[in-house]
Amino acid sequence: MDDPLLLARIQFAANISFHILFPTITIALGWVLLFFKLRFNRTGNAAWMDAYKFWVKIFALSFALGVVSGITMSFQFGTNWPGFMNTVGNIAGPLLAYEILTAFFLEAGFLGIMLFGWNRVSNRVHTLATVLVAVGTTISAFWILVLNSWMQTPAGFEIRDGVAHATDWWAIVFNPSMPYRLTHMLLASGLTAAFLVAGVSAFRWLRRDRSPGVMAGLRTGVFLAAALIPVQIFVGDMHGLNTLEHQPAKIAAMEGIWETRKGAPMVVFGLPDEATKSNRFEIAIPNIASFYLTHDWQGEVKGLNSFEHRPPVAPVFFAFRTMVGIGLLMLATSWLAAWQLRRSGEVHRHVAWVLVAMTFAGWIATLSGWYVTEIGRQPWLVTGVLTAKQAASSVAAPMIASTLIGYLLVYAGLLAAYIATIFYLARKSAAPADHNPAEPVRAGGATAAGEAVAAAL
Amino acid sequence: MDLTPATWLPVAFAGLMGLAVLLYVVLDGYDLGVGILSGTMQGEHRDRMIASIGPFWDANETWLVLAVGLLLVAFPQAHGAILGELYLPVAGLLLGLILRGVAFEFRAKSAVGHKAWWDRAFVAGSTLAALMQGYMLGLYIVGLERTAANVSFAILTALCLVAGYSFLGSTWLIMKTEGELQRRAVAWARGTLVLSGIGMAAVSIVTPLVSERIWDNWFSLPNFVLLAPVPLVTAALFGALGVVLRHLPTRSDRFCWLPFVGAVGIFMLGFHGLAYSFFPYVVPDKLTVWQAAAAPESLMIIFVGALVVLPIIVAYSAFAYRIFWGKATDLRYY
Repeated sequence: MDDPLLLARIQFAANISFHILFPTITIALGWVLLFFKLRFNRTGNAAWMDAYKFWVKIFALSFALGVVSGITMSFQFGTNWPGFMNTVGNIAGPLLAYEILTAFFLEAGFLGIMLFGWNRVSNRVHTLATVLVAVGTTISAFWILVLNSWMQTPAGFEIRDGVAHATDWWAIVFNPSMPYRLTHMLLASGLTAAFLVAGVSAFRWLRRDRSPGVMAGLRTGVFLAAALIPVQIFVGDMHGLNTLEHQPAKIAAMEGIWETRKGAPMVVFGLPDEATKSNRFEIAIPNIASFYLTHDWQGEVKGLNSFEHRPPVAPVFFAFRTMVGIGLLMLATSWLAAWQLRRSGEVHRHVAWVLVAMTFAGWIATLSGWYVTEIGRQPWLVTGVLTAKQAASSVAAPMIASTLIGYLLVYAGLLAAYIATIFYLARKSAAPADHNPAEPVRAGGATAAGEAVAAAL
Repeated sequence: MDLTPATWLPVAFAGLMGLAVLLYVVLDGYDLGVGILSGTMQGEHRDRMIASIGPFWDANETWLVLAVGLLLVAFPQAHGAILGELYLPVAGLLLGLILRGVAFEFRAKSAVGHKAWWDRAFVAGSTLAALMQGYMLGLYIVGLERTAANVSFAILTALCLVAGYSFLGSTWLIMKTEGELQRRAVAWARGTLVLSGIGMAAVSIVTPLVSERIWDNWFSLPNFVLLAPVPLVTAALFGALGVVLRHLPTRSDRFCWLPFVGAVGIFMLGFHGLAYSFFPYVVPDKLTVWQAAAAPESLMIIFVGALVVLPIIVAYSAFAYRIFWGKATDLRYY
C-alpha cells in the first residue's frame, strides 16, 4: 500500500461512495415530504402530518450526513486531484460554483425553517420552505450530474496549451449523456427513498405500530416504487444505448464481451479474466446482447479487445449485474406489495419482511450503478482529455494512508449509527408513550384511523 | 495597469472569497464557540445552548463550502498548493466538522444512553475544528513553512482562535438566552475577551515580523498613518466591550445584543488587517491572485451568477434569522 495514486483513488472512492448515500435519499425524500405536507393541507388528515413529522427527522439526519461528507469532497478535489482543476477547472469550476450558489444555500437556508420553524411561521411559509428545500436538493443534483456527465462525454470546449477552455456553455451543460444520466439518477433517488419509506414503514407495521402515519408511509413508499421502477428500467436501457454510442468500451465491459462479433450473446454469468481476455465459467444466451444493444439479432457489438483504452472489466461486469439484479427484485417486490395493498388494504407479513430487508436496496443499486459508470470511464478521468494518473497529487503515500484509515473508521461508525438510529426512531415511535390512548392498538389489523388513511389514498 | 477582465476579475474573486471567509468565520465561529462552551454545561442548559444555533449551523457552514469552492474554481493552483501543504490539519478540520455536524442530529434522535456520547462528540468536534482552523491560519501567516518556530506560532494561533470563537459564542448566548445561562455566558465572555485580546495582539505583532513585505505594507509612510485607525479602533472595541460586559446582564436586557455586535466588529477588523497584509498574494509570497487565477471567460460566468445570486442568498438568510429572532426556545420539529 505505498502507491499514492491507488491510495488517493481508494480515499476519494470511499468518500464519494459514503457521500452519495445521503443525497440519494434526500433528493427524493424532500419531494416525498412535500407530498405528505400537501396531502395534509388538502385533506386535514392527521396521518399525513404524522408521516411528515416522522420522516422529516430522518430527512434532517440524512441531510446532515450529506452536508458533512460533501464538505470533505470540496477539499479533496484539490488535495487528491490537483491536475483535475488545473486542466479542466475552467469548465468544472463554474459548474461547481453554480451548484454552491444556486443549491447549497437554498437547501441549508430553508432547512432551518422547515425543521424548526413550525411554530414561528404560517403553514403557507412552512410549505414554501419544504418546496424550496426539495427544489434545492434537485438543483444540486442537476449541476453535479452535468459535471459528471461532462467528464464522461465532454463537449463544448477546446484545449489551449494543455488547458480546457469553454467554447459553448450550452453544449457543456447539455452534453450527450447528461439528460440520460440525470434522469437515471433522479429515478434512482426516487426508488431509494421509496424503498426506505416502505421498508421502515413495514418494520413499524410488523411491530404492530398502527399509528395512522405508518400506513400512509407504507402505501406511499410501495406505490411510488411500483410506479418508478418500470420507468427506471426503460430509462436505464436508453442510457445504455447512449453509452454504447459514446463510450462503447464501457458497454463491452458491462456485457463482458471480449471479441467483436455479430450476434453477440448476453453473458448472464462469468468470471472475466484480464490475463486470458475471456470469461471463465461463462453462461450466455446467444444473440440477446446484439438484440438489445443494436435492436438486430445479428448486429455487431464491439468487444473489449478492439479498444486501446479499456476499463478494468470485472468490477464493471459485476456491479452492472448487481444493479440489474436489484432492479428486477424491486420490480417484483413493489408490484406484489402494490397488488396486495390494492386488493386487501395491507401487505402479507412475508412481503412486509421482504420490504424490511430491502430498506436500503436503493443504496446498493445506486452505488453499483455509479461503480459501473465511474470505473467504466477508466483509465480516463475526463474521457479523452485527462487520465486519473495525470490528475493525481504529490501528497506522500503514508499521509494519504493515515487519513484514509481515519475516514474509513469514521464513515463505518457513522453508517452504523445512521442505520441504528433510523430503526431506533421506528421502534420508539411505536412505544406506548407515543400512542394516543383513544386509538387502541390491535394485533393483525388496522385501526379505524389506519383504515381512514387507506380510504384516503 | 489596464482594466481588463484578466486584471480586475482575480481581484473581484479575491474579494468574494474574502467575504465568504469572513462570513464563515463570524457565523460558524459563534456556532463552534457555543459548541466548545457547551462542554461546560449539562442537561437543560446544554440543550438550550445547542438549540440557539440549531436553525442556523447548516447554512453557516455553507459559507465555508463557498469559500473553499471559490478558492478551487477561481484559483485552482492555489487550492492545490495551500490544501496540499495543509493536508493533515485539513483532515483534522474535516473530522471536526463531521463530528460536530452529525452529533447535532444524532444527539437529538438516538437512544437516551447514547446521547452523552454524541454530546461529547459535539464538543470535541467543535473544538477540533476551531483548533485546526487556527493552526492553518497560523501556518498560512508564516508562509506555510513548517519550522519549529512556525509550528509553535501556529499552535498559539490555534489556541487564540479557540478563545476567539468561544468569545463570539458567549456573546451570541448573551443575546439568545436569559436567566442563569445568560449570567454564565457573561462570565465566559469576560474571560475569553481577555484571551482573545492577547491572541490578537500576538498575531498582530508576529505577522509583520515574519514578512518584510508585510512590515513595509504597514510601517512605511503614509500607510502607517492611514492604517493606524485599524488597530486603534480594535483596541477601543476591546476596552468598550470590557466595560459593557461588567454591566451585563441588565434587568431590562435591552443591550444584550451589544457584545455580539462588538465581537463581530473585532473579527471584521482583524480579518481586514490580515487581508490587507496578504493582498495580492493568495499563497503567501509565492502566488498572486493574478498568477493563480482561472481563465477570465470562466471567471466571468461565475461572477455574473454570483452578482445575481448572492443578494438573494443574503435576503433569505436574513429572512431565516428574522424568523428565529429573539431568545432561543427548545427545538421541536413541530
